[in-house]
Amino acid sequence: MAKKRVLAAMSGGVDSSAAVKLLLDEGYEVAGATMHLYNNEDIGIREKTCCSLNDVEDARLVALKLGIDFHVFNFSDEFKSCVMDNFVDTYLAGGTPNPCIECNKHLKFGSFLDRAKLLGFDFIATGHYVTSHFDEASGRWLLKRSADRSKDQSYVLYGMTQEQLAHTLFPVGAMNKPEIRAIAEENGLINAHKRDSQDICFIPDGDYASFITERAGEQPEGDIVLSDDTVLGRHKGLIHYTIGQRRGVGVSYSEPLFVTAKDMASNRLIMGNAEQVCSKRLTAGDVNYITIDKLTSPLRCTAQTRYHQKDVPCTIYPTGENTAEVEFDVPHKAVSKGQSVVFYDGEYVIGGGTIEDSAR
Amino acid sequence: MEKPFVYADNAATTNVSDNALNAMLPYLKEQYGNPSSIYTLGMDAAKAVLNARRQVAEALGAARPSEIFFTSGGSEADNLAIKSAAEFGAKNGKRHIITTNIEHHAVLHTCEHLEKHGFEVTYLPADEDGIVSAQQVENAIREDTAIVSVMAINNEIGSILPIEEIGEVCKKKGVLFHTDAVQAIGQLHFDLKNMNIDMLSISGHKFHSPKGVGALYVRTGTPLESLIHGGAQERGKRAGTENVAGIVAMGVAITDAVSGIDERNIRLAKMRNRLIDNILAAIPYSRLNGGRECRSSGNVNISFRGIEGESLILALDIRGIAASSGSACTSGSIDPSHVLTAIGLNEELAKGSLRLTLGDGNTDEDIDYILEVLPETIKRLRSMSPMWQRICREEGIPDYTVQ
Repeated sequence: MAKKRVLAAMSGGVDSSAAVKLLLDEGYEVAGATMHLYNNEDIGIREKTCCSLNDVEDARLVALKLGIDFHVFNFSDEFKSCVMDNFVDTYLAGGTPNPCIECNKHLKFGSFLDRAKLLGFDFIATGHYVTSHFDEASGRWLLKRSADRSKDQSYVLYGMTQEQLAHTLFPVGAMNKPEIRAIAEENGLINAHKRDSQDICFIPDGDYASFITERAGEQPEGDIVLSDDTVLGRHKGLIHYTIGQRRGVGVSYSEPLFVTAKDMASNRLIMGNAEQVCSKRLTAGDVNYITIDKLTSPLRCTAQTRYHQKDVPCTIYPTGENTAEVEFDVPHKAVSKGQSVVFYDGEYVIGGGTIEDSAR
Repeated sequence: MEKPFVYADNAATTNVSDNALNAMLPYLKEQYGNPSSIYTLGMDAAKAVLNARRQVAEALGAARPSEIFFTSGGSEADNLAIKSAAEFGAKNGKRHIITTNIEHHAVLHTCEHLEKHGFEVTYLPADEDGIVSAQQVENAIREDTAIVSVMAINNEIGSILPIEEIGEVCKKKGVLFHTDAVQAIGQLHFDLKNMNIDMLSISGHKFHSPKGVGALYVRTGTPLESLIHGGAQERGKRAGTENVAGIVAMGVAITDAVSGIDERNIRLAKMRNRLIDNILAAIPYSRLNGGRECRSSGNVNISFRGIEGESLILALDIRGIAASSGSACTSGSIDPSHVLTAIGLNEELAKGSLRLTLGDGNTDEDIDYILEVLPETIKRLRSMSPMWQRICREEGIPDYTVQ
């Protein structure tokens, strides 16, 4: 039988490089590809060159060492419209976006997977720390947390469809980071100068507020208030604050205060105490399920509302075609509009959605 | 069965001809002298460089070999010509440059660089056929214009620009005229001593010499300021030990290239026309980019609706066809073409373009193979393209890819 063909998404980093090596060892026919997602000048780096050319060259070098074919796909238009513009728009609407989730949805498991199919590949592979398998009993592909919980990336992959899961391999997910690093080292795949991947790749200096104001202009100052309208001070533009933030707001009060909401209509930053920053309920939109086709009755599970956070017990209720309501057993801190809520059944991802609203 | 391979990207590069290779080989092994050395081995190398200079001058119809300055390629020649003219212009208070919006990046990015250093650049808009007229140039020339740079043949759509007329206008107005003729060697007849062209760039690898060698023709009397400083090679205008083997190869290759221009153009145009006619007939919602008149004999550039160029190139590669789309990006992917946008294509059509450029190595069988593979490849890509499905839906086009 002909070898199955896999196109590995390569960043030039340790994880995706080791993933290629593991696939080759398993007997797949592997080619690699890097996505060219933005030009330096688009993200405020003055040098006028393609994307992060160093990353592309790192990936190319790894491909050369492993003896596999290598491509570069220019998805800069898609990345701008689906990820960068969405990032700015969400912030301006008072939300806290998660661009990695959008990128996975539209780029890695969208454009990249489409391109791979078109080129006749059976699967794509990524260096994500998760595992997946087909469950005969339910007839569904399942997504499971990584063996290395500290590296687990299931939170950013909840949006995967059955079709996407069926065509994606996660070679590193069954191992832990030290094992992966060892594989990369043994095979000379470590790039000494490689930085750890950034939180947001297109904002390398981490100054997301500047990224937004460069595109949307300076945001107006306004009042910082308590929920009873008591004015505490002035804020320097709502995009500079995140829900749950305690330090750096610049107000003092008799008890610790947290950002509890951003009132975009009145341009006010609303502060509250430890109790007020917690939510009992949230509504999620754009919901995708993995273990089930759709939610028809209330379900006990756990949920996570941020990337690096412990999941907490809750009940989810079906409310519409792709919406759901989540009720936490214990009020949950800093639930932010725009972030994702991901539901778990033990180690398995049930599904998740985008947080649209929350309530105490 | 051997996998077919058709190279249809001759505007990107060409293979080294047997004549050029045989001529250059001795200069890599036995005749490896440095042309600046005064012993026999060095002088022999110097003689070989001079001979090549004579060959290039002759091929271009230049008045004398001393008008040829060897460079590392077309990009360096373009940079040398424009930056030198800018520097001399600035000394006389001339800080205006005229070029077109369809030039190669070697010219465009050089002009953009000069803009950052106080120069003003007029980018003349090409018409839908990719032509800029002498009248447009004349209207744009000002008292402070330092140089006009207009390419001879566009690399993407193959449009042949009226450089003779533009040269006349520039002469009349007393402005320096440079042309990037990288795509034109072996395509157009040059008789530079009788043409009003002050500077002209060529690139060896576009006509069967190796990569890494090119030249700038500079008419006697035209001031030239060095770009690369150091030793006194190229009469002090271009430092660096000469690429002797490359230069020797280019001398031979350009001689071959200009010896058969008319026959080549007839042969290539026949294949080109067959490609254009049959592709447009066989593939719905396709259009030719650039005009049919004033078109380089080997250039085909067609856009397909609902197709993404990068996918098309990769899909053709699987079938053994090497072609291009847009402009090659340094990362190894493809950027949408500034030329196609300049001649009025919208983003969809600019991204969905295919450039096939034919050369001496292509045969009628190559054309047969492209015509066999391309329609089915486009159909397959469209059947998998959300963009194509959206177009069909929104414009009420029956989707022929659905059985």
